[in-house]
Amino acid sequence: MTRTFTALETAGAWVLGFLWALPLAYAVWTAFHPSEFSTHFVPTAPLSLENFVKAWAAAPFARYFVNTILLVTMILAAQLVLCTMAAYAFARFTFRGREIAFLLVLVQLMIMPDVLIVENYRTMSRLGILDSLLAIGLPYMASAFGIFLLRQTFKTVPKELDEAARVEGAGPLEILWKVYVPLARPVYIAYALVSVSYHWNNFLWPLIVTNSVNSRPLTVGLQVFSSGDQGVDWSIITAATLMTSGPLLVAFLLFQRQFVQSFMRAGIR
Amino acid sequence: MHGWLLLLPAAVLLVTFTHYPTVATLYHSFFSTSKPGRPTAWIGLDNYRNMVEDPVFWQVLANNLWYALATIPLSIALAILMAVWVNGKIPGRGLLRLSFFTPTVLPMIAVANIWLFFYTPGYGLLEQVTGLFGLPSHNWLGSRNTALGCLVVVTVWKEAGFFMIFYLAALQSISPHLTEAASLMGAGRWYFFRRVTFPLLMPTTLFVLVNAVINSFRLVDHIVVMTKGGPDNTTALLLYYIYDVGFKFWDSGYAAALTLVLLVILAAFAMGQFLFLDRRVHYQ
Repeated sequence: MTRTFTALETAGAWVLGFLWALPLAYAVWTAFHPSEFSTHFVPTAPLSLENFVKAWAAAPFARYFVNTILLVTMILAAQLVLCTMAAYAFARFTFRGREIAFLLVLVQLMIMPDVLIVENYRTMSRLGILDSLLAIGLPYMASAFGIFLLRQTFKTVPKELDEAARVEGAGPLEILWKVYVPLARPVYIAYALVSVSYHWNNFLWPLIVTNSVNSRPLTVGLQVFSSGDQGVDWSIITAATLMTSGPLLVAFLLFQRQFVQSFMRAGIR
Repeated sequence: MHGWLLLLPAAVLLVTFTHYPTVATLYHSFFSTSKPGRPTAWIGLDNYRNMVEDPVFWQVLANNLWYALATIPLSIALAILMAVWVNGKIPGRGLLRLSFFTPTVLPMIAVANIWLFFYTPGYGLLEQVTGLFGLPSHNWLGSRNTALGCLVVVTVWKEAGFFMIFYLAALQSISPHLTEAASLMGAGRWYFFRRVTFPLLMPTTLFVLVNAVINSFRLVDHIVVMTKGGPDNTTALLLYYIYDVGFKFWDSGYAAALTLVLLVILAAFAMGQFLFLDRRVHYQ
């Protein structure tokens, strides 16, 4: 009785696993075979990279890659600096209005920049920076999530370490850099992975603020390419789709454990 | 003093791109949209009056509600099931975990493109499978009855694996002594799950629930790619409608009023979470 039940359960798990892998496997099949095989599943179908070559030539993907890489680097760098400073202030300083300020920071966990598109567009247009990487990144640079995560971490640092450094004559910024930041390394890695994948994948806001090749990230570039009216071949679109998510996907496959742990660490707060 | 100085750069950006736009949304929702030869003007509650009379608004709100009611329980239930399976001694555990989690890493827009192909009438994979069973061809994304359901499937596919890892972490923190004790006492697996595991997973469920609710109002990338809100607005969610009104019809006054509705929904949810759910689960 128990044995049949376990067998059934294993079968159930495998069916679900198979269903879950199916869409991606289908996409990989289509992208790596000539288009006449895109819906014919014969094992003898020749493999080819032609779809990727055609996609690469059909749109300025090289430029989109550069834009996305610049964008995620810029956002991450700003987030690390700003969130570290703010988290340090909340964790180890007492100042007037600290509790209220912290609550105001937490507001962003619920009301994310993603939903404030109308007003933020107005602001960007008034600043005169529409259609630039800076405009895509600015709303995300002060991240409530990052501040929260780092504050929690900094609070676990023993006060004695802090005081020992102070006795040796270190200033607040030096203490931050030499005591707190090194101890929070795993959290920084987790946050960086989550942030990079979030902004690599972000779409709606970049779609709204950009309108030229010079500032479009990959996601928007892919959409412009695949919704083009020239009726592009599905095999080529699928190749482009895999190409744009490729670096993240490869990184994930290589560092699976690190990714899962980071998402988990960043999620449980 | 040092405290404020350290906080200042982040605070400036937060105020400019979160607090100011929140307040400005309310303010601008009382103004008309400027048109050539007619500058913007105070119109009081007119935008809201139009909203109440706008059938699309009500439809979009209903869509969003159904979308949330379908995606949230489904993805949570599947996430728990996946976590329990992957946590046990099932053969091929690593592969299963990989298969469940991979959609999380892909951009929603890539996911949407893949599924768009999957659903394509005539030669998409879905049509080929239903064709094998002799079922008539069906335009899944183009028909009023199935379009929203198709989007629900995509969202569940993308999110369940993400939620799974939180349940997995929670399951791994449950003491094995509990399982031993229960099996000594002759408790069945289902009974054990219902009376011990599930209650212990409650904090995780609350956390996942909050995330799922926010996502159901925040993420509309797949709609832009797959349906553009059609057919007949049956797949337009609130944020997508805001995008449509604000950036296709350029009616910023009405878009501000719609955004305010979205903000009120999110704020109400935040208050509910704060007042009714266990605070210790999320803060401190």
